[in-house]
Amino acid sequence: MSSLSAVQYPTAASLGLSGCSVCGQLNRVVASDSLCRHCGMRLTTRKPNSLVRSWAFLLAAVILYIPANLYPVLESRTVAGDESDTILQGVVLLWRSGSWPLALLVFFASIVVPLLKLLAMTLLLVSVHARWTWRLHERARLFRLLEFVGRWSMLDIYVVAFLVALVRLRSLATMDAGPGALAFGAVVMLSMLAAQSFDPRLLWDSAGHNERA
Amino acid sequence: MTVSSQVHDASATESGLIACRDCDALQAVPRLSAGDVIVCCRCGAHLGHRRGASLDRVLPLTLTAGVMFMLANTSPVVAIEVAGNRSSTSLLGTVAELYRQGVTGVALMVFLTGFVAPAAQLISLAYALAALAARRRLRALPAAVRLLAALRPWAMVEIFMLGALVSLVKLAGLARVIPGVGLWSLFGVIILTAAAHATFDAAGYWARIRVLP
Repeated sequence: MSSLSAVQYPTAASLGLSGCSVCGQLNRVVASDSLCRHCGMRLTTRKPNSLVRSWAFLLAAVILYIPANLYPVLESRTVAGDESDTILQGVVLLWRSGSWPLALLVFFASIVVPLLKLLAMTLLLVSVHARWTWRLHERARLFRLLEFVGRWSMLDIYVVAFLVALVRLRSLATMDAGPGALAFGAVVMLSMLAAQSFDPRLLWDSAGHNERA
Repeated sequence: MTVSSQVHDASATESGLIACRDCDALQAVPRLSAGDVIVCCRCGAHLGHRRGASLDRVLPLTLTAGVMFMLANTSPVVAIEVAGNRSSTSLLGTVAELYRQGVTGVALMVFLTGFVAPAAQLISLAYALAALAARRRLRALPAAVRLLAALRPWAMVEIFMLGALVSLVKLAGLARVIPGVGLWSLFGVIILTAAAHATFDAAGYWARIRVLP
């Protein structure tokens, strides 16, 4: 292993301590059910079952990603005719209607981010299992980016919600949510849960950069 | 460094140490002055910030955000008009309309991320700050702060507003679109909540709660 060259840091876990996940307070972990002495949060040195939980949410998200992109998210009935749009068709439509800054925004939030998030989450999980030391700092930064950017993919769900609630103009036009909407929303929420379950400290543990108890 | 000088510093224990929440590296917290940000010396994670006496400013910000949030839930966010037919929807109205149309899954997602999470976030923040203003250690305080941390990624008011804007653009070709009072209220909620969160530092908060009788 290349951990010989790695600079090992003393960690809270290696000294029987734990930084509280809510208030940051450093506590001594006495028993398995120790509570933070300031805010009462249950103390753990690492998120429990992080890898298994993260894989489970990720797998569910990957499976639902298929119907989310194949089924229409919006079915509209207007005087111009009936139409049903998938996520991608919605972006194309927005682009054609001339509002390309918004089309670009929706393209990133609905197409690029969900896909990259699934790929990046897989990469992070694999890298922990394989004990990679490769680009550790970049992987840590990648995880922070994922945590920050993931929720913005809910944008399309809100757009659909507004359109469906608003366009109720009797014979003129109606819009309905397609089966893809629920699947897409589930993909976004499941990948958020996958990221939340993942413990980034495992990246440093598995690369041998953290001291052991 | 003396022990007493460290007690009030963000996230520092009596020992003056802090564990990085992203990589668990144990490190000393330097003496901080107002406006300082703590960044992990190894992975660069943001570990907290120190704001002067500005904690007292957060309660008014939160209460104002609460009033605006109520407004956004009752007054129309967006409205459209075609040939004399007018249709408008508020934040909660959108949820109700989706539910009425049988799109229960999407309705539930919008309800949880657009209404329940932001409302609970504002209430728990106001509760925690009211305890500080009243100089009392309330019993549910730890639970309130824990809730606040857990809700953060799930409260999506800013994405909701962006969704309203995108749907306005999408409908611009079909109908006359009218942004409503609710939209401006949402904008206010976003600015005020962001300001409240930027000013509220959890460690500084606990340092002040700790010395209460």
